[in-house]
Amino acid sequence: MAMALFFIKFVSWKQISLTIIMANIEKLTAIASQVRRDIVRMVSGAGSGHPGGSLGITDIMTALFFEEMKQDPATWTRSAKGQDAFILSAGHLAPVYYSVLSRAGYFPKEELGTLRKFGTRLQGHPSTEAGLPGVFQPSGSLGQGLSCAAGIALGKKIDGEDNNVYVLCGDGESEEGQIWEAGMFAVHHKLDNLIAMTDVNGQQIDGPTSEVAAIFGLEEKWAAFGWNVISADGHDFESILKAFELAKAAKGSGKPSMILFTTDMGHGVDFMAGTHKWHGKAPSAEQCEAALAQLPETLGDY
Amino acid sequence: MKKYIETGKKDTRSGFGAGLLEAGKADANVLALTADLKGSLKMDAFAAEFPERFIQCGIAEANMVGVAAGLALTGKVPFIGSFAEFVTGRVYDQIRQEVGYGHTNVKIASSHAGITLGEDGATHQTMEDIALMRAIPGMVVINPCDYNQTKQATIAAAKYQGPVYLRFGRPSVAIFTPEDEPFEIGKTYVMNEGKDVTIVATGHMVWEAIKAAEALEADGINAEVLNVATIKPLDEATIVASAKKTGAVLVAEEHNSAGGLGELIAGVLAAQAPTPMTFINGADKWGQSGTPAELLAAYGMDAAHIAEAAKAAMTKK
Repeated sequence: MAMALFFIKFVSWKQISLTIIMANIEKLTAIASQVRRDIVRMVSGAGSGHPGGSLGITDIMTALFFEEMKQDPATWTRSAKGQDAFILSAGHLAPVYYSVLSRAGYFPKEELGTLRKFGTRLQGHPSTEAGLPGVFQPSGSLGQGLSCAAGIALGKKIDGEDNNVYVLCGDGESEEGQIWEAGMFAVHHKLDNLIAMTDVNGQQIDGPTSEVAAIFGLEEKWAAFGWNVISADGHDFESILKAFELAKAAKGSGKPSMILFTTDMGHGVDFMAGTHKWHGKAPSAEQCEAALAQLPETLGDY
Repeated sequence: MKKYIETGKKDTRSGFGAGLLEAGKADANVLALTADLKGSLKMDAFAAEFPERFIQCGIAEANMVGVAAGLALTGKVPFIGSFAEFVTGRVYDQIRQEVGYGHTNVKIASSHAGITLGEDGATHQTMEDIALMRAIPGMVVINPCDYNQTKQATIAAAKYQGPVYLRFGRPSVAIFTPEDEPFEIGKTYVMNEGKDVTIVATGHMVWEAIKAAEALEADGINAEVLNVATIKPLDEATIVASAKKTGAVLVAEEHNSAGGLGELIAGVLAAQAPTPMTFINGADKWGQSGTPAELLAAYGMDAAHIAEAAKAAMTKK
């Protein structure tokens, strides 16, 4: 009897949470489309930048900022105390970062058009110099963000804070040795409030990762380093949100979590998808129009 | 001329260790991080007193820099300690982005700097670090002269808000500054007033400069000795005023000729008070194994060479 009751409760909880997830997915899908429009327009307008990787992590970043993180633009300060924190280790993915921050309310969307232009707060790579809300730390030189995130996570542990620290790295970026130094450190210091993500798109600027360096077997590598490893589809919101839940469920285990998100570089624009060729190249005006035709304007362009 | 008395001998890194402990007692946010060099950096006392605030990073300096930046973002005051080479050249890019550009409140404790490291040889004898750290916008660069001043400089660095590079050394050297004189970041200390020549020195070279000034006095030369304990920001006014007074300047440092204190002061004087100069430094050479005294003599950096270089500067007046 008790078991049957438990089962009914379990099912009803699942159904409720499923309904919430479905509603949220509709909302997130709409936001992601607008973010992708922003990315294409921003990079095209700047005449340089990194659209491919930005489009590839758009769904992850949208889920992170509009569903997952406990971080409020109204009360945000660069001090990471008392809030969740996010570090974009792969700093060249700044376009998606800026779009998501703006659409989440950290600064006016009109500022998105200033990307990479003289005097802007939206530097080519994330900067804290001009105090852009939402950005905790500069990035761009690869391989460093995981260490910084581990430091924030350790600071929160020392202070007995319950908030989480999120960091996003690339698979190509994981060729940097410092990533693995941080991997050992986070396990040694039991930073189970650290939720790292790797954008596994199999591409880097000089070509497919498999042709550039031996960065295969990330799941086995992170597991061997002692991390809680979760694999997810970086373009499926249900999979993304479930991965975050699994990561948070590891709190108390002493293990930091690494979510390996499989993504397509350039996702959402057919002629940009699945190739490294749009890693660091801006679309022309015609290419921009062709891309925008594939991405519904859901929240109003900047 | 003021007479300096050697009140004892100690390594400047022990001054750092003592200062770190004091700073830790004064501020619960002060943390100590090291990359497997707790003993060499004299962090033992801090680690024993505050075990939960001592963070062992293992032999992974790049990660340590990033972790420190992250800790600073949570309001901590992290001191990262290692040998000079491993907290500068090895991690220059990490310091540049995470500490410099991010302007995080990280203190870089750099031990075993200069040729007086001695027996370990050139791989560890760092003489490029001042150039590297000086070139980072917003970085404070401190190079105190003895145990007492290093202790006080550490306490001052902990109270200062922003990135600090604190350079000190391995060998046991003379203690001659007051025990409890608070350290003023950005101040050049006038150790001896004089009228014939200015000897500008930093770090271990200050004691050599004082000994040189004593030798010069016996020859009837009245030397002014300046201790540039803070290299950046530089106390330009004190140095320019001294150069104008004496009309000849010698700069002595335990560093490569490129990018060190000598070039820095030459630039300041060229712009504000062109003055004949001579330079004592490690030239553009690698070090080698030997005792500190042997090396200072062999590389032309001891008190005797300083006295000669001071006279050479005067002949250019």
